[in-house]
Amino acid sequence: MEGEVLIKVEDVSKKFCRDLKRSLRYGLQDMAGEIMGRPRTDSLREKEFWAVKDIGFEVRRGECLGLIGHNGAGKTTLLRMLNGLIKPDQGRIEIRGTVGALIALGAGFNPILTGRENIYVNAAVLGLSKARVDEKLEEILAFAELGEFIDMPVQHYSSGMSVRLGFAVAAILIEPDILFLDEVLAVGDISFTIKCLNRVRELMRTSAVVFVSHNMPLISSFCTRVLVMDHGHTVLDTDQPGVAINHYYGLVSGAQQVSGSGEAQVLEARLEADGVERRDGLVIVPQGVDGAVMVHLDTTGVSGASELYVHVDDATLTQMITVPTLTDTGGDLRLPAGRHWVRVPLGRLDLNAGRYSVLVVVRDPITGITRCRHQGLAPFTIHADRVHWSKFVRPAVAIRTDE
Amino acid sequence: MSSAQGPPQRVVVYTPQSLLRSPGAMFREMLADLRRSRELAWRLANRDIRAQYRGSFLGYLWAFITPLVNTAMWVFMSASGVIKVEVPDLPYPVFVFTGTMLWQVFTESITMPQMQVSASKSMVAKLNFPREALLLSGLYKVFFGVLIKLVVLVPVVLLFGIVPDAHLALVPVAMVALVLAGMSIGLLLVPVGTLYSDVGRFVPMATQFLMYLTPVVYAMPKLGILAKLFGSNPITPLILNGRAWLTGGATPMPYQFIAVVAGSLVLLLFGWVLFRLAMSVIVERMGS
Repeated sequence: MEGEVLIKVEDVSKKFCRDLKRSLRYGLQDMAGEIMGRPRTDSLREKEFWAVKDIGFEVRRGECLGLIGHNGAGKTTLLRMLNGLIKPDQGRIEIRGTVGALIALGAGFNPILTGRENIYVNAAVLGLSKARVDEKLEEILAFAELGEFIDMPVQHYSSGMSVRLGFAVAAILIEPDILFLDEVLAVGDISFTIKCLNRVRELMRTSAVVFVSHNMPLISSFCTRVLVMDHGHTVLDTDQPGVAINHYYGLVSGAQQVSGSGEAQVLEARLEADGVERRDGLVIVPQGVDGAVMVHLDTTGVSGASELYVHVDDATLTQMITVPTLTDTGGDLRLPAGRHWVRVPLGRLDLNAGRYSVLVVVRDPITGITRCRHQGLAPFTIHADRVHWSKFVRPAVAIRTDE
Repeated sequence: MSSAQGPPQRVVVYTPQSLLRSPGAMFREMLADLRRSRELAWRLANRDIRAQYRGSFLGYLWAFITPLVNTAMWVFMSASGVIKVEVPDLPYPVFVFTGTMLWQVFTESITMPQMQVSASKSMVAKLNFPREALLLSGLYKVFFGVLIKLVVLVPVVLLFGIVPDAHLALVPVAMVALVLAGMSIGLLLVPVGTLYSDVGRFVPMATQFLMYLTPVVYAMPKLGILAKLFGSNPITPLILNGRAWLTGGATPMPYQFIAVVAGSLVLLLFGWVLFRLAMSVIVERMGS
């Protein structure tokens, strides 16, 4: 059983239309085509574009394929084709076995009915019988942890509660050969999330999984293979999730943003680190090496001294490291008016794998007025084989004492 | 290539080809999906009926409040002489009430398929379940309404001193015929109606118009162009027979009735095929 190909996708493409009116008209055309027995047209009509283009892969039982890419890269469209909701315009999809999907949790819930009543409705939508629900009811109730709220109308549930119920119904009842997951795992509080993840891991062992997510630690820990999609195309197909994630971060265009009074300017900023590699326009830094930033500053328009801060931002622009600059005697660094090259050590770059950039701030030390705030400088990628959940990763030697 | 080993698996293939290219397989799948959708349809109907009455004060009464108000209006207009209506054999209130009740079954059946699809849009867009379940659950709901109407209709008729005869047993047949006729029309409208909201606006208008060409609130004219229109209106035999069977009359248009039912069945099958063919296009265009 183990290892058969359950999902086979051959050169699949799908087009969409940008314009609603036109889209509806094409819809009529396509319907007419269906009725006349004609296949879908495989050329683009006006205002159409390929939402998914020439995608091909196979997924075997026990494998998990991750789909990553920006919003609009075609991941969800591809998943909808796999799920049989929409037809491909080109290519062929073959699905072997029963399909389970953790998508649209709580589908069919009616707000007026109680949680308990809705369990049966939701299960029926997922194709599961009442007998099966009766058999598993206790397990579902235990998983959802709703207590007495289970007999309350769902309209009075918090959003977290109804998602929990939806997840419990689907995850407990399905026994799929093929499992589709679309951004549903990060639901509820942390203890519930862990429970969901464990359940999904159980399901994954016996099924072929396609997993769409923007959560890189999840992709990294679940997937045996990752497809990076961009504008409908596969730009990378690899069995090393770490490599795929790096590539994905590389697709993010590092937008720079400058603000402040404008008296000072950052002319250039460069990252220096041991083992740094520059390829495909990316600066790739191995995890855990020491790094520094070379900053070229122009403070000629400033009267008086300036203080300098260097920060490292992550992909979400959260500041990960702040370096207040000092002189070698221990006082605060004060820059006189003029042009300077300043080398600012960042220390060990034991950041989690991902994409980062440098933020430079020049301020008036007395008034605190920001003379220059330059964001998105010197973008770099921390490379590691695994993406972890935390912000910093420090592998260490543990000391064992046996008793 | 791997396959053959292990237990037999459901293999599904999706291609750009029209489903009509292999009609045999399509019909087999249609039947299989209809069978698969029974439990879901029952659940959904159950859900909707419960929710509808739990969230409403008058509950089941709504099934005949509209026809009752409608009847009162027509009776008032007739009694006050605003309009002059003559109906043979029956007290006017009975004529109108039976007419509007039967007519309502027909119009509810027309709007049912579209309402079912629209109400489940998000589910249809995201999950793959047998779409037939939507139609079947709609049908269950319509029949539930019919049941309530029957429970009300018979006492009302008796109240006016009319004693139905053995033909009463045929009333459900008339109801089913009205449902079939309505649903077959409604189903044909779904593919275009889901894309364009114009259809949804047009339907109530058209049914309103059609009502005046059907002996619902006044009798069928004997002569003239209107008589021709009434006579060629396929709903006329259904309403006339339904009313006659309820009120102890003979069967006025037996052959036409059978012809309309047969026609509706053919149309329904055609509509079902169309619905299936259109579904993937509909899902694609309505987004998620």
